Formats: sequence, structure tokens, C-alpha cells
Amino acid sequence: MEKLLLLGDEAIAQAAIDAGMSGIYAYPGTPSTEIMEYVQASPEAKMHHIRSLWSANEKTAMETALGMSYAGKRAMVCMKHVGLNVAADAFINAAITGANGGLIVVSADDPSMHSSQNEQDSRFYGKFALIPILEPANQQEAYDMVHYGFQLSEDLHVPVLLRITTRLAHSRTGIQRLERRDQNTLRLPSNLKQFILLPSIARKQYRELLTKQSHFEAASDISDFNRYYDHADKKTGIIACGLAFNYLIENFPGHVVPHPVLKIGQYPVPRDAVNLLYESCEEILVLEDGYPIIEELLKGMLNKGKKIKGRLDGTLPRDGELSPAIVSEALGIPHFRGNEVPSIVKNRPPRLCDGCGHNDAFLALNEALEMYGRGRVFSDIGCYTLSALEPLESINSCVDMGASITMAIGAADAGLVPAVAAIGDSTFTHSGITGLLDAINNNSPITVLILDNSTTGMTGGQTSSAYGKVEDICRGLGVSDDHIHIIKPLRKHHEENMAIIQKELAYNGVSVIIPRRECIQTLNRKMRQKAKVKSMEVPS
Amino acid sequence: MKKDIILAGVGGQGILSIAACIGMAALDEGLFLKQAEVHGMSQRGGAVQSHLRISSEEIASDLIPEGKVDLIIAVEPMESLRYIPMLHPTGWIITSITPFNNIPDYPDIELILKEIWKQPHYVTLDADTVAKDCGSIKAANMVILGAASPFLGLKPGSIENAIRKIFDGKGEDVILLNIKALQHGRAFALKNM
Repeated sequence: MEKLLLLGDEAIAQAAIDAGMSGIYAYPGTPSTEIMEYVQASPEAKMHHIRSLWSANEKTAMETALGMSYAGKRAMVCMKHVGLNVAADAFINAAITGANGGLIVVSADDPSMHSSQNEQDSRFYGKFALIPILEPANQQEAYDMVHYGFQLSEDLHVPVLLRITTRLAHSRTGIQRLERRDQNTLRLPSNLKQFILLPSIARKQYRELLTKQSHFEAASDISDFNRYYDHADKKTGIIACGLAFNYLIENFPGHVVPHPVLKIGQYPVPRDAVNLLYESCEEILVLEDGYPIIEELLKGMLNKGKKIKGRLDGTLPRDGELSPAIVSEALGIPHFRGNEVPSIVKNRPPRLCDGCGHNDAFLALNEALEMYGRGRVFSDIGCYTLSALEPLESINSCVDMGASITMAIGAADAGLVPAVAAIGDSTFTHSGITGLLDAINNNSPITVLILDNSTTGMTGGQTSSAYGKVEDICRGLGVSDDHIHIIKPLRKHHEENMAIIQKELAYNGVSVIIPRRECIQTLNRKMRQKAKVKSMEVPS
Repeated sequence: MKKDIILAGVGGQGILSIAACIGMAALDEGLFLKQAEVHGMSQRGGAVQSHLRISSEEIASDLIPEGKVDLIIAVEPMESLRYIPMLHPTGWIITSITPFNNIPDYPDIELILKEIWKQPHYVTLDADTVAKDCGSIKAANMVILGAASPFLGLKPGSIENAIRKIFDGKGEDVILLNIKALQHGRAFALKNM
């Protein structure tokens, strides 16, 4: 079969289609978004009736995928690393219920925080949940691991975590496909109480999960994704996890490393192979693109064994993603660095697009707040977070999905009145609704701007669960009709919009203002499509 | 054969269309390929780059090692300078001279060009004007690709085939315009290397 040129994310999606997946569940988040988008655009997925709609958030996605697994079919759930925090309750407990149909959880980490608020390492979550983890070194392995992961999940009746990082997710290469598998038929779990986590059953299920640990370890020991390469220079033995393996071999001609190397792609860590490396070498270098998990395990609390080098002893930087140059420095291999960036080159940070409605909304908010002074706008995760930068400098917080409304409540409780929340429409239905309910029940003196661009903008314009529902949700939660305003964020309405915001800032209760104007990017895309359709019409 | 290329520009300028053409041509010639793209936040008008590696041998890292870049292909002059530390002493810079000014402190374009001309190997060209002369300013990226083509180690025919495939469905006029832009860019580079 001809190779396909695919991003890492797309390779995962294609593999899931080929491996007989029946449904995929996700909330958009860089660098995971393209997995779902690929399935949505795939004619094969359509032909095989694979379910592929966006969920309201990662928790609902995780639970829905678990429901499909309960019914015996293969399901995948995809998210960025911080999405796994949102899905954590369902994720941890899914390890206790176990899986029926194959269940793969893809978590895409973002070391160096290219598009994220932290660089947490999802492998900790896998270890926390006590489930097998797969970590591909390249896009072909990512493809192969999805086939293997569904099988592993069904053989061991457990969800499997597939951990990827930005560079793997967003790098394109040729992918060789495997043979297609049929989807499972509807098949209930053999034990109909398996998914009821009442304490009496949960205790039994948890003990079963603990018993299965030895099976997971045995699977790692014989896995093709864990490989031991024995070489002569035994001064240093190297453990390289996932993508770090590529950065390692890049530094050697013909990709042959003179040291013994253990490449890890499946967890729990293959204990025998680690032991062999430790016993054969004088010191160990651990290369992990993320947190120093294996390094810490090897060192132990007292660090009384052989020298373990990595992120903790300063051989590698403590934070940020690895690169070929960082690994070459750790190995003492000289590498050439070109000239410095000329001082004339200025930073070019991302910014709100020209013509973006958020810009006009924040200009109005800034002016309305002038009489109260700075420091009272709590914001959220989305394009509008860019209003933190010059020239707007409108907001004072961005923590996690939904935190704008709840932080505003707390600040108002402390006496910061008025407090303002600024949240996007998609983020509002992701995690803002419950916070607004708190505000209503608390009768908090806060003004909530729900910036409605009718899409999930930052990740490239995916369908927003909030579309057409924002004011109805607010009304349903109990926001008074007198204090819900829909405004059009355009320069020509500036004075009028500013006056509405000012009036609501003075109100001693919950107000919701909805600046509503379609995202300029999705609007342009629609206009281009329309023009294309028009040009294809035959004039009569 | 091995070429390590950085494509540079500003989010929204469409550097990925250049990457797609090179990638398609490389695959046609049976080469290995890895192309690391930037998605997400930076696409909103920020500096963006793509690491494109093509080779007759298998490629390990998705990122090009520092100091090993053979070619910086930029659709914006200041962005061509941002990746200088990655460039090998024998490497080339191919860049458009038209600034994309979306920041308050964008430097004087003359000073930027002077800085580029201090580098040992470069081709600077007014891709917008060349594209306009070919029929549409939209083909400026293909002019840049053409100017880079003598350095890619790929056959000109396979790049033209790639353009045919990628613009398939947009009509023969669009394909011919882009191929013309490619050829004009190539001719300019061959004259000014």
C-alpha cells in the first residue's frame, strides 16, 4: 500500500479508523485538535459510520467514550494535556471499571508551552491511574501503537493512555498503513456490575486492577516498542523515552550510538531491561521529553546508587522540550552554532486578528473600567487571552478553562467590586456554566462578558457547543432578563457598548453582556467557499 | 542527498503551501521527509516557522539540529534573520523583500536588507512584483519557491508536478500561473546566485 503523508495527529486518526474504532470523542486543544478533525473529514470514517462530533469538554468526552467501551465497541478520546485535568475524575475511575471494547485515551503534552499554560507530563496520570502507557518515538509508531493499544485494551480489559507531544503531533511524514479491522458488534460486559463503582464493588475492581499490574509489566517486557541496543562504550548507559530517542540518534553518524541504549515506548517501565542497563554501565543518562519521571524513580529519594544524569542534576535543562542540540551538549558532543540573531530583529508575538470582534469588545471594556482603575478583569482560555498583550492589556488572569467567572466571584467576595469575567462562548459551555450558577446563587456583584464569536477560535474554528444557546443558558441559570445584553462589538457602536457595560458594572448583582460577532477567520473561510461555489455554477 | 530547510514567515502568510510543494516533490522522488509545523497560538499573526527535512536516508529528529540548516526560505525579510543561529556556514537565505508590518517597532526595511546582505549566501527578491507580472500577487509564495528551487536538490519537473497535484481542482489557469511564477523565481535566482 502507498504511504500516506500525515501529521502525527493524523496518523493516530487514520490508525483508529483502520483499527475498527466506532467513535471518537474530543474537545479541541492544541496540539491534539487535528486527530478529531481528520476523522471528521475522512470519507472512510463516514463510510464506516464512525461517530465524530465535538464534545462540550474533555470530561464529557471521556465519559462518552467509556460508555461506548461499556457497550463493547472501540472508542478513542483525545485532548491536550490540561484537558486530562478536566477529564481526570472519569479517567482515574475508568481504570477501576476497566474497559470492555478497546479504549484509548490520547493526551497531547506541550513541553515548552508553545500553546499552553503549563507543561505537565501526562505519563504521571497514567502511572496515577495504574494503566499501561504508550509513548511513540515517531509518527509511524504512533500509527502502529493505536492498533496495538486497542488490542492491549481489549486483552487486558483496561483503558490505555497514548501520550504524545507537540513535535510528534505536528510533524508530517510518510506512514505505512496496516490491514483494516472490522468494528466490534454490540456486546455488553460479561459482568454487568463491573461498571458500578459502589464501594463494595469498587474495592473488588481496584484489587483486580492491582492484580493486573503484573500483566501490564509482562506486556512491557516483551513489547516491540521497548528496545535494548547493546554497544561497547559502557561508561554511560542511556534511557531514551519517546521522541527523545530521535534527538539522541540524530547526533551520531548512521544513527548508531556507541553506548548501550534502552528505548522506552511502553509503560510500566520494563524493569528487567532497566536492570540490565544499570548493571552493565557506570552511569545512566535519562532522556525524557517532559518531567524527569524515570530519572526520579532510578535515583530514589536517597540517590545512593550509581550516578543518574538528566534533568535533576543539571545535565539537561529542568524545563522545556528537548532538542538534538540539548542532547548533544548532555553527551559532550561539540555542535556548531550559527551566528547570533541580529539585534535588529524584533519579537513578533501572536495578536488578535485585524477586524476581530474581541478587539472592539475590550476597547469598550477598557474605557468603561477607567473610573474604577485597573486589575479587576478575570479572563479565560481562548483567543481573547491575547488581550493581555499590548496595546489592549485588558485582563489580569488566565488560569484554566472556566476560572474567569469563579475567580471574579471570589474577588468580589473579598471586596473587589465590581469584578469582571471575560470568557469565550465555547469556554463558557466547556466549564463556565457551573461557575455562573454559583454567581447567581451567591448574588455576586460581577459582570460577565461572554465573548461570542460563534466558534472555538484559537484552535482553528471548530463547532462551539454554545452556538445559539448562550442567552438561553444564562436565563435558565437565573440571570435576570434586565441584566442580559447582546451587543455588537463594532467600532461604530463603541459609545453605546461602553455605556451598557458601565451601567452593568454599577449593578449590584450578576450581569451578563454578550458581545456577539462571528470570528473573522471562520467568516472569511465561509465567504471563500461561497465564492468558490458561485464560480462553479454554470450560468443559465 | 540531504537538505534541511527552515521555512519562515508570519502566521497567515501561507508558508505551508511552499512546504506542501517541496514535500510532494520529495515523495515523488522517493525521498524520506519530515516536516514539523507550528499550529495553535502563533498562527495568530506571530512569527511562524516550519522545519522541513528531506533525505535519501531515513531521518531521525523532527527538529533540525542547530547550525545544520542548508536553506532558510522566508516570505518575509525580518523573519529570514530570526533563524540565523540555525544556519550552517555554507547555507543560503532565500527571502522576499516585502515587509509584513504588524508590530509597532518594525525596523527600517533598508537596515534589515543590509543585515541580510552581510550574510555569506543569499537571494533577495521582490516576489510580490514578480508575481504581479506573472498575473497575480497571490503567486508570490511560488516565486519564492522557484528562487529556492536551485538549492533543493530536486528536479524542476517534480516541483512542477507537485504544483499540478496541489492546485488540482482550481483550474488550469491557476496551475499555469503558479508554474509561471515558479519559473520566474527560479530564473531570478539562477541569475543572482
